[in-house]
Amino acid sequence: MRILRFAAVAALVGAFALPAMAADEVIELPHQKWSFDGVFGTYDRAAAQRGFQVYKEVCSACHSMKEGYYRDLKGIGLDEKQIAAIAASVTIPIIGDDGQPAERPGLPADHFHSPFPNDNAARAANNGALPPDLSVMEKARVGGPDYIYALLTGFADPPAGFKMSDGMYYNKVFPGHQIKMPKPLSDGQVTYADGTPASTEQMAHDVATFLTYVANPEMEQRKRLGVKAILFLVLLTGVTYAVKRKVWANVHH
Amino acid sequence: MAGLHKSDFKNPVVNWIDTRLPVFTMMQKEYGVFPTPKNFNYFWNFGALAMVNLMIMIATGIFLAMNYTPHVTMAFDSVERIMRDVNYGWMLRYAHANGASMFFIVTYIHIFRGLYYGSYKAPRELLWMLGVVILLLMMATAFMGYVLPWGQMSYWGATVITNLFSAIPVVGDSIVTWLWGGFSVDNPTLNRFFSLHYLLPFVLVGVIFLHIAALHITGSNNPLGIDVKSEQDTLPFHPYYTIKDSVGICVYLIVFAVLVFFAPNFFSAPDNYIQANPLVTPAEIVPEWYFLPFYAILRSVPNKLGGVSMMFGAIAVLFVLPWLDTSPVRSAKFRPIYRILFWVLVVAVIALGMVGAHRPEGAWVTIGRLATLYYFLHFLVILPVLGKLERPLPLPESISRPVIGGGPLPAGATAKPMEKV
Ligand code: HEC
Ligand code: HEM
Repeated sequence: MRILRFAAVAALVGAFALPAMAADEVIELPHQKWSFDGVFGTYDRAAAQRGFQVYKEVCSACHSMKEGYYRDLKGIGLDEKQIAAIAASVTIPIIGDDGQPAERPGLPADHFHSPFPNDNAARAANNGALPPDLSVMEKARVGGPDYIYALLTGFADPPAGFKMSDGMYYNKVFPGHQIKMPKPLSDGQVTYADGTPASTEQMAHDVATFLTYVANPEMEQRKRLGVKAILFLVLLTGVTYAVKRKVWANVHH
Repeated sequence: MAGLHKSDFKNPVVNWIDTRLPVFTMMQKEYGVFPTPKNFNYFWNFGALAMVNLMIMIATGIFLAMNYTPHVTMAFDSVERIMRDVNYGWMLRYAHANGASMFFIVTYIHIFRGLYYGSYKAPRELLWMLGVVILLLMMATAFMGYVLPWGQMSYWGATVITNLFSAIPVVGDSIVTWLWGGFSVDNPTLNRFFSLHYLLPFVLVGVIFLHIAALHITGSNNPLGIDVKSEQDTLPFHPYYTIKDSVGICVYLIVFAVLVFFAPNFFSAPDNYIQANPLVTPAEIVPEWYFLPFYAILRSVPNKLGGVSMMFGAIAVLFVLPWLDTSPVRSAKFRPIYRILFWVLVVAVIALGMVGAHRPEGAWVTIGRLATLYYFLHFLVILPVLGKLERPLPLPESISRPVIGGGPLPAGATAKPMEKV
């Protein structure tokens, strides 16, 4: 993969230097099949909605996702009523008209509610570890959705002789193999509204789809526009080249 | 001497303006009828591509700046806001980020074109040196731009690179504090980098203007590297090269569009999607790909001051290149040994790029040192000596008569000598 990418750049640009990628201890991340792969890939709405359910019922107990909005859920196929209801289920702290702390129900225009008021509170509740914000997690790790999937399905008993520190959990793909996140998913953890059996793999795949959506809500529009733009440019190149040939036809070398 | 310009333009409005400010005449002279060697290959597109690229950077950058907040607590979020809430903000940002990579791809090809065809040689020395100034300005601009999204690589990259100045004896530490505006990379640093990142592209515009002004005094080099002898050798810039450049621009835009629409994070480090955190050092601090060869040179010298000097030296040798290369022949086409060594240099630079992307361990250290050694040998030893030893192939008599002893001159080829431009 790495080599391929090198080769691609080399071919593309006459090769000058290379994308910044390093990391010597390479952990294999098996590539999963994703609905959003490829030029015409889109988000599987049902999978993303199931993923949202996993996020809401499991991950959001510890992780914030503060760059996203409730209204973004429209992009995974929820309608305005559903979104308004989901948003209204959280309370947002505000300063009331009397200057005293107050609360109001969430609105679709609100950011996803964070479970903790600040990082210190999050650490205090998680054994000193800060659960990172999930808004752009998909873009923040090498491997993207494959990494998230492998992480969530990668919890296991440590191999014989592996020394675990206190409050750490063994994970096959997390750097150093010790993570402070307890295994969040186990079979049957959630009951899917659409009846899909909630195996760990299924939930991991669904939540990775959802997190990819949250990190790249523009992706479908981007690809659609890209196809049009490139078709147009290819056409323009053809026409321009034809004109060039015509203009140069009378030049003798 | 003051006086109205006598304009030949028919359109009364154009004529009225041109009489008072002959910009139309100038454009006509410099881009319309400008005599340009007729034998350019497509490598001569890359200057125009760089120009287009700069305009794209300025255009997208101005709109990004309307929505960006240069503050350590808000910068990261403001970039995400651009991606999510600003109409086509994702396109602006992805175009600007990938535009920087495209800019370096295009400019590096442009530079290697110059190296291959000897475009740095007399009388184009100053033109070339202005090019090196452009490269330095581009690097400074790109470096400071990369700090703005305030991700982990922004922060730590800025820390590592600014810290290099501490290698300067005696005053080093004071210089670093002065650059930072404090005792670490922090809000004052971010603010000044934003200010300078906005300023430098316009300085670039100025230097590029001089670069092109100088080009229009010497005239362009060409793949044969020989001087233009007669009008027979040239074509008016328009329509011949306007259309040829347009073809290049179209292809360039296709590559650019593939990146922006289908692989927008191809060149970016995942770590930069993690907000800057002064307390957590990333496992690996890797600069953007276009700095990797220089980064590799820096790290292949065990001594900090030595490494920093070599890194800047790598660009300094380009600055004096016109005087290092002693061969009177420009184009590598007619320099059998230089032609090979040019490719050795290309390989060495690519190797340096790869070394820069890896931890300095094992074979990478050796490769890095060898490639660094070759880089400097190439410019400082080989080029000065080679020019004296190498036997160039016979040069063609003129561009329109490429092979010595070739066919008879076409009728009219002996026409009046080229007008002085
Ligand atoms: C009990 C709290 C808790 C729950 C529930 C939880 N996490 Fe975590 N998560 C953490 C903590 C704590 C960390 C930081 C671990 C560390 O740095 O060692 C973490 C880290 C992560 C990481 C980053 C790993 C890395 O490479 O740095 C991802 C991705 C992640 N969690 C995803 C999820 C997903 C998806 C869910 C829901 C299925 C979830 N987490 C549920 C506490 C939790
Ligand atoms: C922002 C970056 C740059 C822009 C916009 C730019 C623009 C141009 C343009 C439009 C031309 C004329 C067309 C052509 O020959 O391709 C040109 C020529 C040239 N440039 Fe640049 N340039 C840039 C950077 C550089 C750099 C970094 C160097 C060298 C270090 C350089 C060296 C040259 C030389 C030597 C020529 C004359 C080439 C010839 O005619 O053979 N340029 N430049």
